[in-house]
Amino acid sequence: MGAPSPADVGFGLLQIATVILALALLHRPLGDWIARVYTDAKDWRVERGAYRVLGVDPHSEQTWQAYARGVLVLSVVGVLFVYALQRLQAVLPYSLGLPPVPEALAFNTAVSFVTNTNWQSYSPEVTLGYTVQLAGLAVQNFVSAAVGIAVAIALVRGFARRGSGTIGNFWVDLIRGVTRLLLPLSVVAAVALLTAGVVQNFAGVTEVTTLTGGSQTLPGGPVASQEAIKQLGTNGGGFFNANSAHPFENPTPWTSVFEVLLMLAIPFSMPRAFGRIVGDVRQGYAILAVMGSLFLVSLAATTWLEALGSGSAPQLAGGAMEGKEQRFGIFGSTLFTAATTLTSTGAVNSMHDSYTALGGMVPLVNMMLGEVAPGGVGSGLYGMLVLAVIAVFIGGLLVGRTPEYLGKKLGPREITLASLYILVTPTLVLMGTALSFALPGVRADVESTSIWNPGVHGLTEVLYAFTSAANNNGSAFAGLTANTPWFTTALGVAMLLGRFVPIVLVLALAGALAAKDRVPGTAGTLPTHRPQFVGLLAVVSVVITALTYFPVLTLGPLAEGLV
Amino acid sequence: MSRTRTTLRSASVAVRAMILFTLVLGVGYSLAITAVGQLTAPAQANGSLVRNAAGETVGSTLIGQSFTDAEGAAVPGYFQSRPSAAGDGYDAGASSGSNLGPENADLLDAIGERRAAVADLEGVDPGHVPVDALTASASGLDPHISPAYALLQVPRIAEARGLPEAEVRDLVTSTLQERDLGYLGEPRVNVLVLNLALDAPRDER
Repeated sequence: MGAPSPADVGFGLLQIATVILALALLHRPLGDWIARVYTDAKDWRVERGAYRVLGVDPHSEQTWQAYARGVLVLSVVGVLFVYALQRLQAVLPYSLGLPPVPEALAFNTAVSFVTNTNWQSYSPEVTLGYTVQLAGLAVQNFVSAAVGIAVAIALVRGFARRGSGTIGNFWVDLIRGVTRLLLPLSVVAAVALLTAGVVQNFAGVTEVTTLTGGSQTLPGGPVASQEAIKQLGTNGGGFFNANSAHPFENPTPWTSVFEVLLMLAIPFSMPRAFGRIVGDVRQGYAILAVMGSLFLVSLAATTWLEALGSGSAPQLAGGAMEGKEQRFGIFGSTLFTAATTLTSTGAVNSMHDSYTALGGMVPLVNMMLGEVAPGGVGSGLYGMLVLAVIAVFIGGLLVGRTPEYLGKKLGPREITLASLYILVTPTLVLMGTALSFALPGVRADVESTSIWNPGVHGLTEVLYAFTSAANNNGSAFAGLTANTPWFTTALGVAMLLGRFVPIVLVLALAGALAAKDRVPGTAGTLPTHRPQFVGLLAVVSVVITALTYFPVLTLGPLAEGLV
Repeated sequence: MSRTRTTLRSASVAVRAMILFTLVLGVGYSLAITAVGQLTAPAQANGSLVRNAAGETVGSTLIGQSFTDAEGAAVPGYFQSRPSAAGDGYDAGASSGSNLGPENADLLDAIGERRAAVADLEGVDPGHVPVDALTASASGLDPHISPAYALLQVPRIAEARGLPEAEVRDLVTSTLQERDLGYLGEPRVNVLVLNLALDAPRDER
């Protein structure tokens, strides 16, 4: 055993190649479909029914303020719904005899699922019955994903429209995202997962006597339906505590690759939809190229570091297999880890807390990039487009010209909005981490109750938690006990602000852009579909992240891995 | 005033949207998938339960078990699973990894103890214990071990059961699962399936 053999490496690379090939085949038809979904003039019959129930006119258009109000009000209602369901758990059917979820934890969980984060401060098996899982969490898995895509499409419309006071209709975008994209794909994915052994029943637990006469309590539950949308909507909240490492969520190596594909499918198809809607698919390819190259570099890094297996425990055991499943091995684990942290999914099929110091730093850095390579459904595209605005601005500064992107002149308002956007999550991450150790009462509790691994690794656990929450990822260095008053509150606030402040800024940007006319390109315009711009945008993404986070990384994973 | 009214109007739309989504996505979608599962793949949908020769349900082929006695000592006649951090070990109501970091002294101690215990049980050099026997899985419910760890246990099983080593080795080989489609994931041996095969009457294997 020990280091992977050349055969292991070969098979591991083939596994990665399979994912790349599948995405290469999928992103064009799926991206074209997404573009059609949000530009189609016709409504489906079921959609007309839905608009009647909602009481909205599907042909009315909204200003960015009205669009943002829709997003925010729906999300507030969502939080209240999920909170109420948890608090009423004891009187709901199929609660498995579980008590109401305590206030702080219920708040954290409601916020977590509405913000598409799916951070789990709780252990599902002992906290949530089937009704909360279905009526609360599964519903938000769909809705939060549809909201993310809607916001991205609204921003794309901002680039595509000229002199327009409106950016679309939020309720139409929301409904269509569910009826034409998320629900049909989830049905197909759920049935595929079922056949492999992902459970789907309402049987509660099955008590069995094991071969040696012990007893084992096998869980049941509507898992396949939840698993499909959990991955497809880049949500990530596991039905079970072990998430996609649990054999009932992810029973075989092929389901694991399939779940990776589900996470990546929509985010990697969004650039194509973007290119279609702005009427220049080359612009989409440029964005895709940036996302794809960052993805491959990161995947290569974490795979290489885990296969190398540095650090005391991996060296002593002969490999970095602590917290990894035999059926996935190193390669199946790191592929999932890269996909789950570079999208905003946060599901895990191996335990990041037990990764080598530097191998575990890569998923942390993936999230710090701001979830843009390819990022969450919708949020990945709008995050990358904001970075593109910044990149064009920097390019403009270098040559002393007014920056333009897609024919839109970018003025002080647009640059201000984009700059505020990229400040939000770093502020939340660094403030949250710093306060965890700076507030005297909090620090004692964090160190004695929450931190699981001593030394600098404990700092990394806290840093990882705030990075995950603020970037709406949801994965964890799961040794951290986050079900404390400080973490449920602070992480809840980080998730809320990390989701909705950027969304409002993006919609304001969309409104500002939509109102502008297009200016014709000149010889001095920076072309944004060429390798030169791809390089510039990739460098900007990495440099912003590196400048922001390098100091704190030296205190955590770099100190652990290099000293 | 008008802003208040617009917000109230949005709230009413949002509440209706949430009720509609709850009915369609929370209830309808989940029940539809459940119906499909129960009709087309009931064995998988219900947890891939497995029975022994006497017809009693003894577990799930997807969920690992401890093959230890009441004191936690390995039963010599059974192949042993990986270490588990789920509850007291393979507690299917408490799936979990250890989450111990790479420099955590507790993990270093645990690896050392496991290495000594496995080497002692199997009567092999401590340097020959494979990595999956020394590390706890992510779920704590890993049903598999590596082919290397399975083969390491063959002599002990053969002795405890009074069987020829070749016969036990053949059983391991016939239980071994190759990589999915020949290249996805890792080769593996399902410990519960293998132990059930050991328990089955010889002519039914």
